[in-house]
Amino acid sequence: MYRIEVEDLNVYFDEAHILKDINLKIPKNTVTALIGPSGCGKSTFIRTLNRMNDVISGFRHEGHVYLDGKDIYDPDMDVVELRKKVGMVFQKPNPFPKSIFENVAYGLRVHGYDDRDFIEERVEESLRAAALWDEVKDKLDKSALGLSGGQQQRLCIARTIAIEPEVILMDEPCSALDPISTTKIEDLIHKLKNDYTIIIVTHNMQQATRVSKYTAFFLHGEIVESGLTEQIFIEPRDKRTEDYITGRFG
Amino acid sequence: MSFRIISPKTSQKIMTGIFWASGIVTVLILLIIIGYILMKGLPAVNLEFLLSEPVDSGRAGGIAPMIVSSLYVTLLAGIIATPLGVGAAVYMTEYATEERIVKLIKFGAETLASIPSIVFGLFGLSFFVVFLGLGWSILSGGLVLALMALPTIFQVAQVSVETVPQSYREGSLALGATKWETIYRVVIPAAIPGITTGVILGMARAISEAAAVMFVVGSALSMPVSIFDPGRPLPLHLYVLATEGISLKNAYGTAAVLVIIVLLITVLTNTLVDRYRRKMMGR
Amino acid sequence: MISKAREKLIEKGLFITAIFSIIAILLIIVFIFREGFPIFQGYGVTNFIFGMDWAPSDGKYGIFTMIVGSLYITFLSLAIAVPLSILCAIFMAEVSPEIMRRILKPVIETLAAIPSVVYGFFGLIILVPFIRSSLGGTGFGLLTASLILTVMIMPTIISVSEDALRSVPLEYKEASLALGATQWQTIRKVIFPAALPGIITSIILGMGRAIGETLAVIMVAGNVTQIPSSILDPVRALTSNIALEMGYATGLHYSALFGTAIILFFVIMALLVVANYFHYKKKIVIGGGYL
Repeated sequence: MYRIEVEDLNVYFDEAHILKDINLKIPKNTVTALIGPSGCGKSTFIRTLNRMNDVISGFRHEGHVYLDGKDIYDPDMDVVELRKKVGMVFQKPNPFPKSIFENVAYGLRVHGYDDRDFIEERVEESLRAAALWDEVKDKLDKSALGLSGGQQQRLCIARTIAIEPEVILMDEPCSALDPISTTKIEDLIHKLKNDYTIIIVTHNMQQATRVSKYTAFFLHGEIVESGLTEQIFIEPRDKRTEDYITGRFG
Repeated sequence: MSFRIISPKTSQKIMTGIFWASGIVTVLILLIIIGYILMKGLPAVNLEFLLSEPVDSGRAGGIAPMIVSSLYVTLLAGIIATPLGVGAAVYMTEYATEERIVKLIKFGAETLASIPSIVFGLFGLSFFVVFLGLGWSILSGGLVLALMALPTIFQVAQVSVETVPQSYREGSLALGATKWETIYRVVIPAAIPGITTGVILGMARAISEAAAVMFVVGSALSMPVSIFDPGRPLPLHLYVLATEGISLKNAYGTAAVLVIIVLLITVLTNTLVDRYRRKMMGR
Repeated sequence: MISKAREKLIEKGLFITAIFSIIAILLIIVFIFREGFPIFQGYGVTNFIFGMDWAPSDGKYGIFTMIVGSLYITFLSLAIAVPLSILCAIFMAEVSPEIMRRILKPVIETLAAIPSVVYGFFGLIILVPFIRSSLGGTGFGLLTASLILTVMIMPTIISVSEDALRSVPLEYKEASLALGATQWQTIRKVIFPAALPGIITSIILGMGRAIGETLAVIMVAGNVTQIPSSILDPVRALTSNIALEMGYATGLHYSALFGTAIILFFVIMALLVVANYFHYKKKIVIGGGYL
């Protein structure tokens, strides 16, 4: 029923207490949006879910993050396997300075797949799934850095789904893109949600209403309110939620 | 309002003239030196000169063994110094966390870079030739030159690795790659243009050296076959020909060959870097 | 797939390559000192450093004339090279049109790459006769050596200074021009002082190269072991001493040459300390907001 369950999570960077008593359940195969003003911990939270915060010095946590029932911070949890299951798309598209083909194939190679035919098949599937295949099928060996911003971001999505994760984390994936690319990516999210559990951090509240089924509102490192997107936006239970949504601050 | 002897407008004009003069003088210096050597030296350089062995201590004949010595010794230096330099650069940028270690490594590279070539020569003599018993040989020469090329390769590689965008590393880690896999599959490939430049610069330093190898490589006129044979790289040959007054003509020829090699290396480095950069930017 | 153990092993391996240069330096120090020790022990440190007579066949090993020789050559070449190089660097960074700069950059790189023997050769063939005919003397001497060294260290000073000048923030320049200053005033009052730490670094590097240069100097300096009384007099540098006599030195003579290298080490260290002191001082002043 729930893919990820976060229990009493507290996150510290050295002395700074960034996330406070976070409790959240993420249902399978849906899109959950995380909204809230800048700097209130949404990115930190999402990076905790695939242990990307491990690379930042001073990171400390208390509490539990369960993926399919297992705490991802267990000492015997393999971080490499975790990141295969929980993929991430970053705010600023970051394709490797390699060809389009090699970008998508990268994850496969790193996880030990080396059969040429298999890789080619998977690359095509992923590019199709990311709605990018038709635009790049004739130039797979050209550098990925020659693509437009929107295309690069879809490439990063293709790269992530090539290794068939169960969860996709998206940290403001459209904030560096133009409106048309944004629409394309939102359409993509609609397509993907049937097969993946998606968690998306967004500044754009309209985007949250357009793509997500569930929403959690973060403020000063805490979750003020969470639930069905419809309910949060139409009938928020907490006054702070209402103030944020109606633009009284943000 | 201060009293000025010359108005700012006038001093601007004067200084502009002086600046232009300095730029032109610099270009002229290069043109004179290279021009003169090529002018006097190129006539002596022909296929026979490049492919035949010296006759009568170099009074006549060619410089083939010297070219081979130079190639041998430079390649050896490159093969030894590159993994060390790149490894050190990678360690310093990707793994070293303690400030102390970083400072120590930097200090090591800088100090090594400032040791005069003749001191390397003395070390080579007492350590490689005598202590390790490698004798006067291409091998000893290559080892000494590797030490000299190492700081150059390290410094350039270090900058290249450092400037690889952090987003590449994050993208790789997020896909489940390990740290070393990320370095080996993403960071180093992205830093290749810089690393290559560093290696070429390091090897250019090696190929120009005479003082460091003069007491290490043996100064033989014969063609070196194995790396245990003695040899005589081009710069050393030029030095001997010139200072012992053996053959002015052949000295010019050797100098011209050296100058051409250097010009080729400079052009090569520049075009390589340009081309790779353009390819990676997707244009 | 890579295991954690293998990752650790790779890290250790890379660590070894990283401290390789330290190991090398230690080895160098050990071996040079080992070979040089006999001369200090057998001849005496003061006699060695301050002795005015260098005559190995008579058992005399005083290197003072050569210490002076090295210092003279270095400072004379710096005196000529530094102003010319800084002017050229300013030209490239601030004054020259883009085309000129595109020509100059490869020119500097090529000058830097030319082997020192080639410079020495050029000096021997062209400069020596020229000085002999225009200024008198043998043509071999302090002046000739300094001129050749000047050309050799200019590329270093120019390229590092140019980088320093270019990295001065554009805002400073714009502010000055907006206030009605001329380009030269802006350079003199704002850009140059801001780039000064970097320029001093370039001079230090040039100095290091000058004092360490061996063969180019030998070919044109005359190599007589005396303190020169005019710039046309011949002179012998510490580096030249080693290179000239190593081929046939044995016993105490052999050790004396290693001893020369040790003294060279110390002279370089001393120069670096003094130069870095100035560099540090300038940096403090600039950092404090003074321009």
